[in-house]
Amino acid sequence: MSLAVQFNQVVKKYGEFQALKGVSFDVEEGAFFGLLGPNGAGKSTLINAMSGLVVPTSGSIHVQGFDVIDGYRDSRKLLGLVPQELIADPFFTIKELLELQSGYFGMKGPEQNRWINELLERLALADKANSNTSQLSGGMKRRVLIAMALVHKPRVLVLDEPTAGVDVDLRRTLWDFTKELHKQGHTIILTTHYLEEAEALCDRVAIMQHGEIKALDDTQKLLSQHPYRYLRVNVANPEIDLPGLLAERLVEKESNGFVFQVDKESSMTETLGLMAQAGLDVTDVSSRDATLEEVFLDLTSEGMA
Amino acid sequence: MKRFIMMNLIGFNFTGFWALFVKEVRRFYSVVVQTVFAPVVSTLLYLLVFGQVIASQIETYSGLSYSQFLIPGLVMMAILQNAFSNTSSSLIQSKMHGNLTFVLLSPISPFELYLAFIAASVVRGIAVGLGILMVGAIWFDLTWLDPVWIILFAVLSAAMMGGLGMLAGIVSEKYDQLAAFQNFIIMPLTFLSGVFYSIHGLPEIWQQASHFNPFFYMVDGFRYGFFQQSDVSVYLSLSVTIFFVVLVSAINLILLHKGVKIRQ
Repeated sequence: MSLAVQFNQVVKKYGEFQALKGVSFDVEEGAFFGLLGPNGAGKSTLINAMSGLVVPTSGSIHVQGFDVIDGYRDSRKLLGLVPQELIADPFFTIKELLELQSGYFGMKGPEQNRWINELLERLALADKANSNTSQLSGGMKRRVLIAMALVHKPRVLVLDEPTAGVDVDLRRTLWDFTKELHKQGHTIILTTHYLEEAEALCDRVAIMQHGEIKALDDTQKLLSQHPYRYLRVNVANPEIDLPGLLAERLVEKESNGFVFQVDKESSMTETLGLMAQAGLDVTDVSSRDATLEEVFLDLTSEGMA
Repeated sequence: MKRFIMMNLIGFNFTGFWALFVKEVRRFYSVVVQTVFAPVVSTLLYLLVFGQVIASQIETYSGLSYSQFLIPGLVMMAILQNAFSNTSSSLIQSKMHGNLTFVLLSPISPFELYLAFIAASVVRGIAVGLGILMVGAIWFDLTWLDPVWIILFAVLSAAMMGGLGMLAGIVSEKYDQLAAFQNFIIMPLTFLSGVFYSIHGLPEIWQQASHFNPFFYMVDGFRYGFFQQSDVSVYLSLSVTIFFVVLVSAINLILLHKGVKIRQ
């Protein structure tokens, strides 16, 4: 499969501070790729370097084979970025902004106008087409940014925290739209703080911390490789004090029971035996694999230790 | 249309340049009262006050009334200040609102971006200058002996000041820094450039000092186009003006190419 984006030893320094410490990985064409990490991990710096908003100190980035520095005209035509910050332009209406942005990419004419109208319709912006961005709510501004990113029909769409500060309905609309674009063959690169969304949407994820890649794998593989599973135990006597071994494995105490983190390799019988020895009056037990959030926390907390 | 396609084919993104140029012109046109009419009126107030009050105390060229002498200088001052304002305010506003991102994400080259901003600043500078000339022509008997020099100096000077405005817009991170640039550098240099007087009427030391002010050559060359009289050779003025256009353009293009302060 051909590659949509290649990062090769990308370094970005701000004085003494190294925001990116030689990041290397590839994103395959047609992937729905999640770039995760705590605040300050370097996700936005990496995305901005790919889009041309930041000049890397060293290393190279290629978008569908085009270097983002030497072949910026081609790479930028192939890339659409929805930036994290909400952007306004007090001088122009939404439709004017889309027309101007089309012009920057050398696109104009009846076909382009049809695409602009389609974007406005699809993103429920048609009735606001002649409004100024400063008159819009945060959610509407986010939709405008998505329309701006798609106006030149890029092959790779990059969404930097697109659902931050967006209500549930709009979040669902945005994800439906993104899934549809993915189905149409677009490569999607996404950063988000909502890890359950990344888990549901992304077929592959990278977890970044302190400017480095901590983990990179298919989402399901990353989840299945996690060494723990989680046992939710409902008990009739939740007030009981847990003995040492069980207390060590406790990750959450609930009103009617506990959630334990147990080694996947350990015997379930042994764990249930420990509960019986501790005097727990078990009424129900359910087991599940780790969520992406738990994998994420596990990986990023190790890095901080 | 053929020319657009040809320029796109030779590697110049003409459609992109044109879209950005149109955007910059529409930006100032959308607030035309503030960006064109207001400077025309305020400059005409200079004409009213200076032309009436201190006319008898200023030495000008022979055969010219002070008001006739003053108008080209005021026109050039307005061109310089408004060309500077256009690029500087557009750039800093785009940085503050974040919408510069849209341009930076596009395949527009640093040269195309620079050219679009400068062309728009020339349009605004000349629009304000024309406004003053038209109103001035109603009240005073204006002569324009050599329109080619007038147009040449108007365009080159506006381009230089547009470039200087761009430089200030790139370097400034907040409005306060831009205001400092405008009030402590641009305003003093334009006021001391011979707009209100011929430098021959100044003491020797101030005459010498005026020769270090690049704006002096722009005003003097522009005035030559009206009267075919000037304080220094018009060719010297043209050379100095071109030198500064090239210098300011080169600095801007290096900064834009490296992404200094805008691709950080």
